[in-house]
Amino acid sequence: MGRKVFWAILILALLALPPVTLALGQGFYIDLVRRIMIFAIAAVSLNLILGYGGLVSFGHAAYLGVGGYAVAIFAFYGVNNGFLQWGTAIGASALVALAIGAVSIRTSGVYFIMITLAFTQMLYYLGISIEEYGGDDGIRLKMRSQFPLLDLSDGLQFYYLVLGLMLLSVFVVHRLVNSRFGMVLRATRSNEARSRAIGFSPYMYRLTAFVIAGAMGGLAGALLVNQVNFLTPDYMHWTRSGEIMFMVILGGMGTSAGPVLGSFALLLLEDILSNWRDPRWIGEHWQVILGPLLVLSVLFFKRGLAGLFTRHE
Amino acid sequence: MTFALIFEQLLNGVQLGVMLFLLAAGLTLVLGIMNMVNLAHGSLYMVGAYFAITVGQWSGSYLLGVLAGILGTLLVGMAVEVVALRTLYQRDHLDQVLATFGLILFFNELVAILFGRFALFASLPSYLQGHIELFAGIRYPVYRAVVIAVGLLTAILLWYVVTRTRLGMLVRAGASNRTMVGALGINIRLLYTLVFGVGAALAGLAGLMAGQIYTVQPGMGELILIQVFVVIVIGGIGSIRGALVGALIVGIVDTMGRAFLKPLLGMLLSPVAADTAGPALASMLIYLLMALILALRPAGLFPARG
Amino acid sequence: MSDALLAVNDLRKSFGALRASDGISFDVMPGETHAVIGPNGAGKTTFISQLAGNLRPDSGRITFAGEDITGLPAPRRARKGLARSFQITSVYPEFSALQNVALAVQAHAGHSFRFWRDARRDPALTGPAEKVLGEVGLKERIHVLAANLAHGEQRQLEVAMALATGPRLLLLDEPMAGMGIEESQRMITLLSSLKRKQTIILVEHDMDAVFRLADRISVLVYGRVIATGTPEEIRGNPEVRGAYLGEDA
Repeated sequence: MGRKVFWAILILALLALPPVTLALGQGFYIDLVRRIMIFAIAAVSLNLILGYGGLVSFGHAAYLGVGGYAVAIFAFYGVNNGFLQWGTAIGASALVALAIGAVSIRTSGVYFIMITLAFTQMLYYLGISIEEYGGDDGIRLKMRSQFPLLDLSDGLQFYYLVLGLMLLSVFVVHRLVNSRFGMVLRATRSNEARSRAIGFSPYMYRLTAFVIAGAMGGLAGALLVNQVNFLTPDYMHWTRSGEIMFMVILGGMGTSAGPVLGSFALLLLEDILSNWRDPRWIGEHWQVILGPLLVLSVLFFKRGLAGLFTRHE
Repeated sequence: MTFALIFEQLLNGVQLGVMLFLLAAGLTLVLGIMNMVNLAHGSLYMVGAYFAITVGQWSGSYLLGVLAGILGTLLVGMAVEVVALRTLYQRDHLDQVLATFGLILFFNELVAILFGRFALFASLPSYLQGHIELFAGIRYPVYRAVVIAVGLLTAILLWYVVTRTRLGMLVRAGASNRTMVGALGINIRLLYTLVFGVGAALAGLAGLMAGQIYTVQPGMGELILIQVFVVIVIGGIGSIRGALVGALIVGIVDTMGRAFLKPLLGMLLSPVAADTAGPALASMLIYLLMALILALRPAGLFPARG
Repeated sequence: MSDALLAVNDLRKSFGALRASDGISFDVMPGETHAVIGPNGAGKTTFISQLAGNLRPDSGRITFAGEDITGLPAPRRARKGLARSFQITSVYPEFSALQNVALAVQAHAGHSFRFWRDARRDPALTGPAEKVLGEVGLKERIHVLAANLAHGEQRQLEVAMALATGPRLLLLDEPMAGMGIEESQRMITLLSSLKRKQTIILVEHDMDAVFRLADRISVLVYGRVIATGTPEEIRGNPEVRGAYLGEDA
């Protein structure tokens, strides 16, 4: 299947989903798919630095948290202007990414992994310890973000907004990775010694990519808090970062379709397993199946789903 | 804030430190020698706690539980190494991270299936209960004192084995040149399994001791694992000495910070500011410390590799 | 000495008790092809790494076009015109030969903080890249993935990438490594054609190539330069014969 055909089919399917499912009386799929697409945005942003940049960042969940909390805190004080909220969500995540990246990107290999893990956890603890905004219990979103012309409390409008943003983020990352900037990123991932020998100093490029990815994660966070109406520090736990990483890997690292395929695959699988009725224990303890499945996929299925679906150069 | 209180918190910091050390020692060895990131190390810590509690309750003997905790984790660790982890040595860190992450999910859920999601509690034998009298009328829980003693003893034992025995030399040699040591007729696979097993046993020891102080429940390993990573980053990968120094630093800074930062801030700022900033800052303290140390020494304090 | 393009002054580097570079002084004149030979273990790799910026010397100075570059990291040296090829092929395996060289062109086309335009189809990058690939003899293979190139072709690609950066000094680390007779002859022809246009430091084991290409030869033994001179001088030098040519690598 060619790449253009794949995307055409995917876009059409997602556009048609709400009217079709509503007609069939299965409207709850809108909510599920909307949630999946929000995580797809997070996966797309992680794919930029992980799939293309080779930076094994375990900290990505933190940016969803920062973005989500930015929106929730504004709402807490009665400020519901969507542009202000989401602008701050993106800006704050970018700043946090800048701070964390500036320190972490100087390191490499195992150190980098552990440091990004540690900083994510730091933000998690920070979230827990601030009692005003719910601390451990989390914070409730009083009202969805307000935009002119758009009503987010209408599930359909929200769905199409998320769809549009997801496609936009895929497109933006696609342009980025094929630009001169993206080529430096990919080159330093492919062969760092060679890149330095021809004259590329990787640090600034990686840091920039890190900030861009963080900002996109923040946008995903702003969408997420509107989706679930309730945000807990749990969303920033490093195990959540692991989930997003799996979406990227499962879908196929360094491809444009990968993160989207990966998030659909993982989250649909989770949804199916957790609702399993017969036998019951699968529904309650599905992670005992998912865990080994993920291990096996890493060991034997590295090219990911994108390799199955599309031909890409 | 009395001297007694400060000293008690200092001891608590040391106690947390030795437990972090037990976890960090195994992990840093595996990292330095086999070049493998093992996120599932926390699961071994959890396994140790569960083995100890269940066998202890079933047999009625605390010591039997301790033995079960250590041996059980040793066996589980070696089994996991042989079955799942061997293929990962050749892989890049990303694969290792993801695969061991999958193992975490598996172990947490397995424990939840077998024992439920709620915290388990067990009682201490009488000889470990109560307090001991230190100097200046300061009293400290017997159990925590024993934990400190066991931890320090293990550190000395470990140091001795790694630096003074033939086995330790083989382990260090295997780290720098695997094929060479293999060519000398040493079974390198067995060596790695052994190293991994010992690391697991140490984690299990930490877990069973932790069971009385922290909660025993699925996911307990992940709560402490990040602090262990901070220890390793600060101490330097592959270095037992670094693990000990790093662990004590992290343990003491974290404990003292949580205990005294809020009152300290309260003296400098307003009580309200201290109330919010205090706990928040205290929880971030060790990470800020890590960032600071990395800025000055990017490879940690005592890196084993040059 | 002052008009040398590259000057090395008393370079020292030790690894524990091993003195890999034991007071090396060395210079390269503009337009010259200066070969560095020596038995295995002489410290050639350590020397090259220090010139390229991958290794920090313990003491000594490296001057490039009058500027002290001893403390500069590798990318900065590359941007100043010091290009290198690697002894063990180090290219971008998943990119085509054209894209490999285009990246080298890009590295010298200013900063790369351009986020939108497709770099793969940018004639400012692919044009010069194609030209260089033609010069090294890979014109027919520009769209082949680097991983799929024959070993000899990959060595040619290494040279192409070094050339594409528009260098003032080429540091070629055993360009003929692992090549058969035919491939070696092709590489020698290529290097001959570069001689007059480039200043080259050539580290090589292939004595045939060295004596045909070099204007001067420096012999490195146990971290020290024991002789520097024209190929005839070196061939006739008894110390060199004893230490190196006599044992015959």
